[in-house]
Order: sequence, then C-alpha cells, then structure tokens
Amino acid sequence: MDEEIQVSLTVNGVAVSRRVEPRQSLVDFLRYGLELTGSHVGCEHGVCGACTVRVDGAIVRGCLMLAVQCDGCRIETIEGVAGTGEVFDLQEAFAQENALQCGFCTPGMLLTAQDLLARKPAASAQEIREALSGNYCRCTGYHAIVEAVRKTAEARRRA
Amino acid sequence: MKPVPFAYHRPASLDEALALLERYGADGRVLAGGQSLVPALNMRLAAPAALIDINRLPGLDGISLEPEGLVIGALARHGAVEASPLVARHAPLIAEAMPHVGHRAIRTRGTVGGSVALADPAAELPACLIALDAIVRVTGLGSRRDIPAQRFFRGTYVTDLAPGELVTAVVVPPIGPGWRSRFAELARRHGDYALVGLAAHCRVDGRAIMEARLAFCGVGPTPVRAFRAEAALSGRRPDPDVVAETGRALDADLDPPGDVHGSPALRRHLARVLLSRSVARIVG
Repeated sequence: MDEEIQVSLTVNGVAVSRRVEPRQSLVDFLRYGLELTGSHVGCEHGVCGACTVRVDGAIVRGCLMLAVQCDGCRIETIEGVAGTGEVFDLQEAFAQENALQCGFCTPGMLLTAQDLLARKPAASAQEIREALSGNYCRCTGYHAIVEAVRKTAEARRRA
Repeated sequence: MKPVPFAYHRPASLDEALALLERYGADGRVLAGGQSLVPALNMRLAAPAALIDINRLPGLDGISLEPEGLVIGALARHGAVEASPLVARHAPLIAEAMPHVGHRAIRTRGTVGGSVALADPAAELPACLIALDAIVRVTGLGSRRDIPAQRFFRGTYVTDLAPGELVTAVVVPPIGPGWRSRFAELARRHGDYALVGLAAHCRVDGRAIMEARLAFCGVGPTPVRAFRAEAALSGRRPDPDVVAETGRALDADLDPPGDVHGSPALRRHLARVLLSRSVARIVG
C-alpha cells in the first residue's frame, strides 16, 4: 500500500531524484536521504521550528511536508544559504552576540530571521520577537538571538 | 514519531479527487496544507489507509471578486490571503485575522479550505466567516452545495461536510456601506491558539453601532455568536455604560471551557476586554 514513489527536485541548486516512502517527511528525507543534517528534527508536530527549510522560496516546517509532496520543488536548507553566503552576516552576528548555545535551534532561527529581514528590512525588536515566536530555543537564549537579528538588520540598512 | 504507512494519491482533477474520496471512504484523508493533519499523522493520532493530496488540483487557489462576493479558493494559503489586496479591500476582517494563524512558516502551507474543514474551535477563520455571514462551498460527486457558515460549523472538529464532499471555496458576500470590522485575539504567546478571539463586524452610523455581528472563537465547541451582546449594542452609541451593559449581556452568551491554558472566568474576562477594545476601535 505504501509503495515508494519517485520524486525529482532541486536541493540547494542540485537536481536530485530519489524513491521515497510516502510517509517520509521532507526533513527526514533531507537528513537521511541526502545527509543534509543541518535541518534538525525537534518536536515533529510543527511547534519548535528546528526543521525550518525553504520550499520555492518560502519558509516551511520540514516536519509538516512530506518528501513526496516536493516533487518538482526547489528546496533550500541551511547548508545552501550558508554556502552561498546569503546569511553570512547573520551567522557572524549570532556568534558575536552569543546567540547560539547548544546550536540546535540555530539553523531554523537563521532561516526564519532571514525570511523576516527579506520582507521587513526595518523590523523592530517587537516584530523580530513575533517572527521568531514559532522557533523554540530550549537554552532560552532569546534575548541574544533577537539582538543578533536586530543588529544584522541595522547593518544591512547602513550597507 | 513517524506516521503509520499509508498510500499516497495526488489527483490531477477535482473529479479524480472525489472518486478517490468515494473509494476510500472513512479510510482516506484529504491532505490540504497539512499543518494540522501531518502533526496528527506524526503522533499517530490519525492512521488513514490513504492520503489524497489535493494540493495540485488546478483552479482552487484563486482569490477573485465576483458578483456574489469575494471568492477565496480552498487551496488559497493563509499567507496568500494575508498578502492579498482583494482580501484587504473586500474582507478586511479576514486580512486582519490572518497574522494570528500560527506562524509564517505555517501560513506558507496552511489553506483556507483546511481551516474550514478541520473546524478547530479556537481557529480564527471560522469565526470570521460567521461574522461576515459567508458561505462555505462544497462539492461532491455530481453535487454542489452552498452552506451558510453559521450552519456549517456544528461542533468540535465537526462540520456539515458529508462523506465524499470537499470544501472548494468560501464566499464572502459584498459588504454594504457603513460596515466596519475588527479582529482581535488574546493568546499566551504570538502564534499560539487563542484563549479568546473576537471577529466583530458592525454597521456604524456616526458614533453609533446600528447592527453588530460578534463571533467569538476559543470559548466553545464552535465559534459562538454573542446574540445578547449584539442586541445590547445595536442602535446605540457605545458609551461606557452601554459597553458595561453589553459586557453583562455577553456573560449570558458565553459558557467558555476551562483548561490548562485558562479558567472559564479568565476567558469570560478576556472576552469582555476584547469586546470593549474592538467596539472602541470600530467607532473610533
């Protein structure tokens, strides 16, 4: 009943074709199928945000999409956006502000913050908090994370 | 956890989807945005034999202005509705509610039809549809029904949808002159389900409220119309004594549940707070 289905998609710019079990989530496909382990699996029910990835340019919960649904889609993970340098300044700011402790939430935080700053370059601290409210940091380092995003936004506006 | 194995179908047409629904009956589940169904699969609270993925059905994700009103397709994503100039202009109540639906990454996927068909008692959209006197349009094999939102939501996760039917659109009737709306909710954190939410839609003349449609979410098994509070407001200027009287009337309208997130008394209090704030905003 759950026979594997062929999917073809691009992941971080690379064309990929694989057979997947229908029940496999996108994030498990990325981690186990492609060994892209930067996207993390936390709650598996859409609450923690650790699995955040981009599908066709928009952030999604990687645990709430099935890999089989991504046939023909363009996927970007933290490995992709870090590799192109797109979030280099955010990463630097996270390091500067001590905004990563255990690092488990960091990839999801970076992708969510990048999505916010792309839409709202002048986001206020309150808007940053709201945008990140769907990403949990169990080290509770929220203040430093908000500061890192705020300072990155400021620096990008000056640049 | 991981889901129980299931068969996966991605129909290319509405008829194909309806035939699959018929074939699987109660063993098949419709996969729309998946933001509530996939968590249930992951936690094995749901274990359907088959998923019928309707995401690629053509023509169901549109938002258009028709003579009958604003038609929002079932596959319109919450994010698309939030960003739509047509929704902002012709259903501002819904536009205002959208940012409260989950988080951005959830709204990328979540759909209007999914929210309506799921009928979560704390969800924003059903309350908006009731306040706006909107219609839920459903299609089955060889049948089509337009169901007033007020009748569509029947209980916690229970709707008027019959086996084999799919929600295809919601229709918000044209809004007459003088009508103003306000959506507000209170939650412990941004993006959480509302402790209490209020979709308020009122006809205003000067500083007086001539008619009011008030639909609360999070306070009962379905969105709750506050008929007594509506009557207490109608035809009057919402001065402090009228607002206080409306709040007392509201107490008789609501019988909110208590749970780990808040007691019935807290929800009653928050409902009154939302009502007075929303009314002030609407006539302000």
